[in-house]
Amino acid sequence: MSEYLLEMKGIDKSFPGVKALQNVSLQLKAGEVHALLGENGAGKSTLIKVLGGIYHADAGEIFIEGQKAQIDGVVAARAAGISIVHQELVLVPYMTVAENIFLGREPGTSLNVNHRKMIEDAQRLLDTYEMNIKADMLVEKLTIAQQQMVEIVKAISFNSKILVMDEPTSSISDKEVGFLFETIRTLTKKGVGIIYISHKMSELEEICDRVTVMRDGQTVGTRVVKETNTDELIALMVGRELTNYYTRDFLEPGEVILKCEHISDGKMAKDASFELHKGEILGFAGLVGAGRSETMKAIFGLAPHMSGEVYVKGKKVHIKSPIDALKYGIALVPESRKTEGLYKVQSVKYNSTIQVLNQFIGKLHVNSKKEEEITQKYIDLMATKTPSQDQVIGNLSGGNQQKVMIGRWLATDPEILILDEPTRGVDVGAKAEIYSIMNELVKNGMSIIMISSEMPEIINMSDRVYVMNEGRVTGCLDHETVTQEKIMQLAAN
Amino acid sequence: MASRVKNGVVKYFKDNIGIIIALLAMCIFLVIFPRTRTTFLTQKNIFNILRQNSTNLFLATGMTMVIILGGIELSVGSVIALSGCVAAGCVVNLGLPEIVGFLAALLVGALVGIFNGFVISMTDIPPFIVTLASMNITKGIALVLTGGAPIRCMTDAFKFPGAGYVGPVPTPVILMLIVFIIAALIINRTKLGRHMYAVGGNAQAAQFSGINVKKVKFIIYAYTGLMSGLAGIVTASRLYSGQPTAGDGAEMDAIAAVVVGGTSMSGGSGRIGGTLIGVLIIGVLNNGLNLMGVDSNWQFIVKGFVILLAVYVDWIRNKKAGR
Repeated sequence: MSEYLLEMKGIDKSFPGVKALQNVSLQLKAGEVHALLGENGAGKSTLIKVLGGIYHADAGEIFIEGQKAQIDGVVAARAAGISIVHQELVLVPYMTVAENIFLGREPGTSLNVNHRKMIEDAQRLLDTYEMNIKADMLVEKLTIAQQQMVEIVKAISFNSKILVMDEPTSSISDKEVGFLFETIRTLTKKGVGIIYISHKMSELEEICDRVTVMRDGQTVGTRVVKETNTDELIALMVGRELTNYYTRDFLEPGEVILKCEHISDGKMAKDASFELHKGEILGFAGLVGAGRSETMKAIFGLAPHMSGEVYVKGKKVHIKSPIDALKYGIALVPESRKTEGLYKVQSVKYNSTIQVLNQFIGKLHVNSKKEEEITQKYIDLMATKTPSQDQVIGNLSGGNQQKVMIGRWLATDPEILILDEPTRGVDVGAKAEIYSIMNELVKNGMSIIMISSEMPEIINMSDRVYVMNEGRVTGCLDHETVTQEKIMQLAAN
Repeated sequence: MASRVKNGVVKYFKDNIGIIIALLAMCIFLVIFPRTRTTFLTQKNIFNILRQNSTNLFLATGMTMVIILGGIELSVGSVIALSGCVAAGCVVNLGLPEIVGFLAALLVGALVGIFNGFVISMTDIPPFIVTLASMNITKGIALVLTGGAPIRCMTDAFKFPGAGYVGPVPTPVILMLIVFIIAALIINRTKLGRHMYAVGGNAQAAQFSGINVKKVKFIIYAYTGLMSGLAGIVTASRLYSGQPTAGDGAEMDAIAAVVVGGTSMSGGSGRIGGTLIGVLIIGVLNNGLNLMGVDSNWQFIVKGFVILLAVYVDWIRNKKAGR
């Protein structure tokens, strides 16, 4: 028998105009967690789709347990023991856990599904992996992490030997991540091989055995996780040494520019008070659901039942809508690009200028030249990579989409910029660029509030860090004294 | 300036190339085909096509905006009936001047639009349901007011908007041009136009952008109602009567024109220029089938397939472009 559970050799795949994969090779051992690392657009998803039978490779071979496998469709992939847990969950919310797991292969006849057997079978599976989920619960009642678990159980229930997980932790809290990792360890003990796609370096160290790095459609190296380090992996990913990942010159901050007292939105934000100084980056840390985003939305005029006081430059202001907020020089780049920011089918130009239409649309006249100038200014400032201003934004990578989002709000010329998870789903190269731009902005006198769930980002970029828990500010830490442990103490309380 | 105009024209052709070719192909066929060779390309017939399809364009301009918003508007056909009856009724039964009748008809259209806009922006009830309801209500009012019988009105002033001429050009053709230009200006050259795409593309993002989503929806539905009122006037005027059954199914022709014109039913994208071509394609198709002597029952079947084909070609093109 072969040393490897799965071997992909010399995989090529082209799309019109692009070579998405070139001579890609990957080896997965039984019982290992193998990380697949690479910037957005490096070819990870394409490779996974080839493995899952969604795309057909132009050239190359796939071996499973030493046997050459012909994967020419989703069904063939499944028969070969390959299952994929996609980043976006694809469960049916109004069905039970059991119905979801056995969707399309329900026990019993097609007219008479044996519900009791289905629920029993599903429950047995869930129990095998020590998941505390009832098989007859509706999926919509589960947390995101629990839904993820159900996806995994569903994938395993096909008797899969090879499990692919695409950014499984991108939308779940730290506690739930721990739970997920437990499940992964149980699986590997049973000999399942796992391909794990993630942007988070800390996860790699915790859960992965080996890592393969991709860049520009090629595999550039495989390392044993224990024998490598973050710097080496980043260098492999971006193809150059990133000398300063976090660019930050800590300067003496100025006077208080924004003061918020007892902010509440009647729901998640309960009683948050804080001060922002001119020229500082103020970090907001806390667990998912601590009310950080909600507090900022309330300040930005997006909470109808907001209470509390907001002072801009010492003057009390009443912000009833984002329009008011803009008037006082406050901009907010929301947490979720996809649902709260992007106009996906529209161009980069449209997306860049929607906030500043006043500057170039007059009485039945559009100053197209001005529109293009504004767009170009922020493409240049943010170093956004786009083929043209007319490119549909949905076709850009996550990092470039995020740069357009930040540029959109910078175009309003704000004094106070609120960034909610500014680097979520953004590849390392673009992350470093965003950090460096944030540093430039505060050096030029802007003040930034940054909500982030990434500890290293909060710790390395913030002048001060406020920690929130259950809608309240539980503490403030200085740049000099902030540590992960102190943040966690305040966040969990 | 001249180069800007040239760029605009080039862009227009580039954006709409598929349907422009389809329209031209249909016209060329009708010019060559023996039975229609002598009849199709005459001034009378061309004006005839434009006159008959002017009301569809009024509806389709509003419908384009509504569909860009991610909505749908089913009551426009019923508004044609009600506003036409109101116009004729004002003149015949109340003895008011024609102009008052026309203004009353516009008001009726606007009121239905305001009703739709109010309910749709203030609640989460889907536009399909809201306008399905108002379609029935409006139609019912038209039938109740008239007792189901048409109101005949033969005065010259009443005939002017639908059956009259300005110089050699039929009045509805002029109205069509004006309405199209207004719609194109609103969509392409105002903030409201941009906001429309934002609301339809991602309503939540539009809220973060500080766009008053409710106001945008309200204005567009009210505007569409107003345009339906205008369509009602022109229809009644052309028929010399307010008919409680006029405009039956007109909403479907308008939706077809918009969709053939390349506007996506999922909202957030669309082109008013395409809608104009869409209206013409449906118009030329109807006219051509008539000239060729195709049985009117068969015309529905042909029309159905043509709509599907046009949208299919557009879908293939977008798929290739990776959109």
